[in-house]
Amino acid sequence: MIYLDNSATTKPFTEVIESFQKVSERFYGNPSSVHQFGTDAEALLRKAREQAATLLDVSPEEIIFTSGGTEGNNMAIKGIAFAHQNRGKHIITTQIEHPSVLDACKALETLGFKITYLPVNNMGCVTVEDVENAITDETILISIMHVNNELGSVQPIEEIGDIAAKYPKLFFHVDHVQGLGKVDLDFKKSKIDLCTVSGHKIHGLKGTGLLYVKRATTLFPLFHGGGQERGFRSGTENLAGAVSFVKALRLIKEAQISNKMKLKTLNDKLRNCLEAGEEVVINSPVNGAPHILNFSALGYKPEVLIHALEEKGFYISTKSACSSKDADESAILTACGFGFDRSSSALRISLTYENSIDEMITFCEAFHDVINSVLK
Amino acid sequence: MKSIYLDHAATTPIHPEVINDMVPVLEETFGNPSSIHQYGRKARQILDVARDVIAKSIGANEKEIIFTSGGTEADNLALIGSAYANMDKGKHIVTTMIEHHAILHAAEFLEKQGFTITYLPVNENGRINLDELSSALTDETTTVSVMHVNNETGMVQPIKEIGELLREHQAYFHTDAVQAYGVLPIDVNKLGIDLLTASSHKINGPKGLGFLYVKDGVRIDALQYGGEQERKRRPGTENVAGIKGFQRAVELLNNTREEKVQTHQMFLDLFLKILETEGISFSINGDRDHAVSSIINISFPGTNVESLLTNFDLAGIAASSGSACTAGSVEPSHVLSAMYGDSNERTTNSIRFSFGLANNREDIEEAAMRVASIVQRVKR
Repeated sequence: MIYLDNSATTKPFTEVIESFQKVSERFYGNPSSVHQFGTDAEALLRKAREQAATLLDVSPEEIIFTSGGTEGNNMAIKGIAFAHQNRGKHIITTQIEHPSVLDACKALETLGFKITYLPVNNMGCVTVEDVENAITDETILISIMHVNNELGSVQPIEEIGDIAAKYPKLFFHVDHVQGLGKVDLDFKKSKIDLCTVSGHKIHGLKGTGLLYVKRATTLFPLFHGGGQERGFRSGTENLAGAVSFVKALRLIKEAQISNKMKLKTLNDKLRNCLEAGEEVVINSPVNGAPHILNFSALGYKPEVLIHALEEKGFYISTKSACSSKDADESAILTACGFGFDRSSSALRISLTYENSIDEMITFCEAFHDVINSVLK
Repeated sequence: MKSIYLDHAATTPIHPEVINDMVPVLEETFGNPSSIHQYGRKARQILDVARDVIAKSIGANEKEIIFTSGGTEADNLALIGSAYANMDKGKHIVTTMIEHHAILHAAEFLEKQGFTITYLPVNENGRINLDELSSALTDETTTVSVMHVNNETGMVQPIKEIGELLREHQAYFHTDAVQAYGVLPIDVNKLGIDLLTASSHKINGPKGLGFLYVKDGVRIDALQYGGEQERKRRPGTENVAGIKGFQRAVELLNNTREEKVQTHQMFLDLFLKILETEGISFSINGDRDHAVSSIINISFPGTNVESLLTNFDLAGIAASSGSACTAGSVEPSHVLSAMYGDSNERTTNSIRFSFGLANNREDIEEAAMRVASIVQRVKR
């Protein structure tokens, strides 16, 4: 069985599971308790926060542990909108964001916010000029993902950050869920104010993640209560989750360094081999993230191919769950200007550092077999 | 010296069987339940089974369970979500002065948004008065939120009576059952409950997980937006392994609740008896005829909370002055203030002891002896 759906979720690293287990058993105290069980838990939480900060090159007080990417994105977008609406009610985002960003923005529209959904070019990228032109006196937030989850296109975050920085009353949020551990992002150099990451996309546990909140940034909290996480995120801290998340973060960063060109090599192999088939059009841009390859098998129903591949032991996906009138149509591919044929027949392969070149070759063979045996 | 954990109302140790059930899911069934392939379908099956077991534990059906990241999120979702979804019916909410901060601070937020909140008082026995609830209700009231068991005192509110009172009223009945779920049998239909909050880490499950029961037909708005998970009422990739662990914790409850409650009662009787035998003067906060046996709040006249807790901690006794969720501070308890008045000395000399999985009979005896000797020592 070869799992090639690592953008949907990943298999937790063994070390991550071990650390979750160990912390759950040994440090069960509530970090807010003032006795030894609590202070031990609190000390470990502090250490995890410091390590996360070091790995992301930020300060510990800029780390807010969350229950995952959706919460991080909602907290950032709703949090900035509600805390700073007196300065303006305009938000800029793109047409290709994850539903947790798009739907949070749509909800804000019903509350009187104005949202600009920037288009993307046929490489799946916004242009820096479009971002700059969209900024008005009312703009309080720009929210743009780093790596697109369906296509792997990489947005010009650093350049957008330079522009955002010219407008002091504007905050810059980046959804880095798909990029973490695969495509470098320097939070400070890119002048990012808020950045979402998730545990289960980097071989950590589901239900874990963090939001980077740059010092002196105020956010309206999503939940009210005990005031944990500096008041930004009330609720008893998931200590074992946080520690295991930081472990995953360290391991994925190490894997990224020691396998520098690996994903790119695998991706190129796949791309060349799939492209050889007449029915296949590659949708992912050549300069995209190395772990994602999106392609269309024109005329084939994606679900049929997925299940046929599954029978051969390969697990890939179609588009991610997002709102589109046609069940098969990808809103992201449509936004790229690809025609209906292409946007309704897309498949996504997403890799991890543990994949091998042999797996790519056997996948390609299986794919061509399937194409030849399945009716259009 | 052995440390003795008497703070199970703050959080509980995870049960070994819970961890044992989680690990294989993490190792093998790691798929995203929204994926259409086998990895996804297997993860989905785990979710479905867990949802069913958990729903049945409160007499609900599986469509009525929304998994959340914990009690705080579920309380916020219940109170804020129902307030916004039902604004066409009114903007008045009734709750009590002794709720957890997840409710009180969510209510304060709603006040700022133009909602009117009535905070019902409690009498000295720690319970609300049904007549006061009845007269607080208006045509504008959309939600009544009363906790089932108070986290600081263990006092049980008249949930069934509140449910009956609200049967003929438009208002939804929400109860924060975080402290009750592990020790009291709950049937949402018999009790007339529309919304119910529970948390995993209070019942020997993993942290970062809870659920909100939302009765079929009850309208709530989501607090978060995104994917289609949890019927769009709580998006985000499901914490499958955690939910499997939660299921196991609930099954353990189902099988051992009565036995556990008897053990807690035995611990409690023993603890109090030793304090008495040692000649400690103390009084119990609240009315023990309406309390759970796992939580007791004791006032030690002539002492103060901070020195007691510091000395307990040095002696290896983990207890608390109330809610751990007041992020490290030892402020006068809002619950005891509501019961006895701000200036009553009970608000500054009371300690909460809560029993559970980490304890055995010897621990309780040893803890009571240590507590007695410290109280004697620090007494002014």
